[in-house]
Amino acid sequence: METDYAIIGGGIVGLSVAWGLLRRGRTVTVMDGDDGSFRASRGNFGLVWVQSKGMNQPRYASWSQQSAAIWADFASEVSGNTGKSIPLEQKGGYDLHFSDETLEATVAKYEKLKAQLGGNYPYEVLGHNALRKEEPHIGPKVVGAILHHQDGHANPLKLLTALAADVRGMGGHVLVGKTVTDVAKPDAFRITCADGTVVTSGKVVLSAGLGAAQLGPKMGFKAPVRPQRGQVLITEKLPKLINRPSLIARQVDEGGIQIGATNEEVGLDDKVTQPGLSGLAAEAIAAYPALARAQLVRSWGALRVLSPDGLPIYQQSAEMPGAYLVTCHSGITLAAAHARILPDWLEDTDAAPDLEVFSENRFAVS
Amino acid sequence: MKTASPFLELENGPRVNVTLDGMALSLPRGANLAAALLAAGVGVFRRTPVSNAPRGPFCMMGACFDCLIEIDGTTRQACMIEVTDGLEIKRPHRDEALA
Repeated sequence: METDYAIIGGGIVGLSVAWGLLRRGRTVTVMDGDDGSFRASRGNFGLVWVQSKGMNQPRYASWSQQSAAIWADFASEVSGNTGKSIPLEQKGGYDLHFSDETLEATVAKYEKLKAQLGGNYPYEVLGHNALRKEEPHIGPKVVGAILHHQDGHANPLKLLTALAADVRGMGGHVLVGKTVTDVAKPDAFRITCADGTVVTSGKVVLSAGLGAAQLGPKMGFKAPVRPQRGQVLITEKLPKLINRPSLIARQVDEGGIQIGATNEEVGLDDKVTQPGLSGLAAEAIAAYPALARAQLVRSWGALRVLSPDGLPIYQQSAEMPGAYLVTCHSGITLAAAHARILPDWLEDTDAAPDLEVFSENRFAVS
Repeated sequence: MKTASPFLELENGPRVNVTLDGMALSLPRGANLAAALLAAGVGVFRRTPVSNAPRGPFCMMGACFDCLIEIDGTTRQACMIEVTDGLEIKRPHRDEALA
């Protein structure tokens, strides 16, 4: 067999897993798609985010916290290996609110989650005036914010670039422009691509984002993932205007302000729409009125990869033992966990994390 | 004022008066503003907000956003604007955030 692991999907999720396996001395071949593929790794919002996740499943909150806690160390190792910087800031993030009712309702949910997490959920509620001290450009319509100290943001494109370089640097094979059409397991795994390429491997990880919906069932997975479109905008590069990120806007390390994001159930359509972009701009201006004068440089749409409950799926195939489905909505946040912790699960070591709540058992038989 | 510039000016038509950060310049009416400023010897249009690096026109076709200048309080691409009489041009974001 050619390689210990074949990784189907060369986005942030696949590369993070590949990186972690290479670091443990495994041989890895990554098969990536092409520019016609839907690539969340190239269109996302770049948050390393904890708050609001796992409101109904504390294990997802703690898994996100675990990853956020080791993110800086992971990024610095990849940077050190490649000489490529991965800008990261983890000094907290906001959930901004335009009404007292929504703010109070969210705080009530956070309190419940905090208790379930044994108190490890460091957030504070800032009223308008307290928020204004932190964010001088905040608008009068913002009644307050929840500041969560475990939140932050990164430059996701630089993460992707550095990770891809490091995977290659550690001896990983990355095949690009590959569309995997079939996976069989006569003995070892045999992965066939549309262009006739065949890769044989001891194990296989399916981390193909939305592509898992087609390929998953052939490998014995339910793989109930669906696309959800997010449209985003980015402004010209500006002097410091926003200190901490929120789901509404963040100022990236290069100076531009990224404004996001819509949540639209429109199938495999990643185009932008005028109402979508106008709505985003209006909300961002309500939060930061100075943005009304900022010039927009670009807009784009990308498709989130969502399971029915929004949680990641980590599942070994019963039909094809040695095949694993790894998929999630938050590939950036979970990059560190996928690189540093998930390989223990794939390798079934004593240190393997308990990921049972993320298995496909939670989905009803369809 | 007359400043040395490596760029040749092609226009011979009437000229109009504009200002750049208060400095008087005489530019060809209707010319592309980025080209006219380059021909007038303006090499650095602005400095970047993050690293304070100098920037000037690069693509000359509206894509790169490097030739930004400020007119009437709005940041605009100089390569997408024509020279008109009395333009008051500023270097954008000189001091701090949009206020």
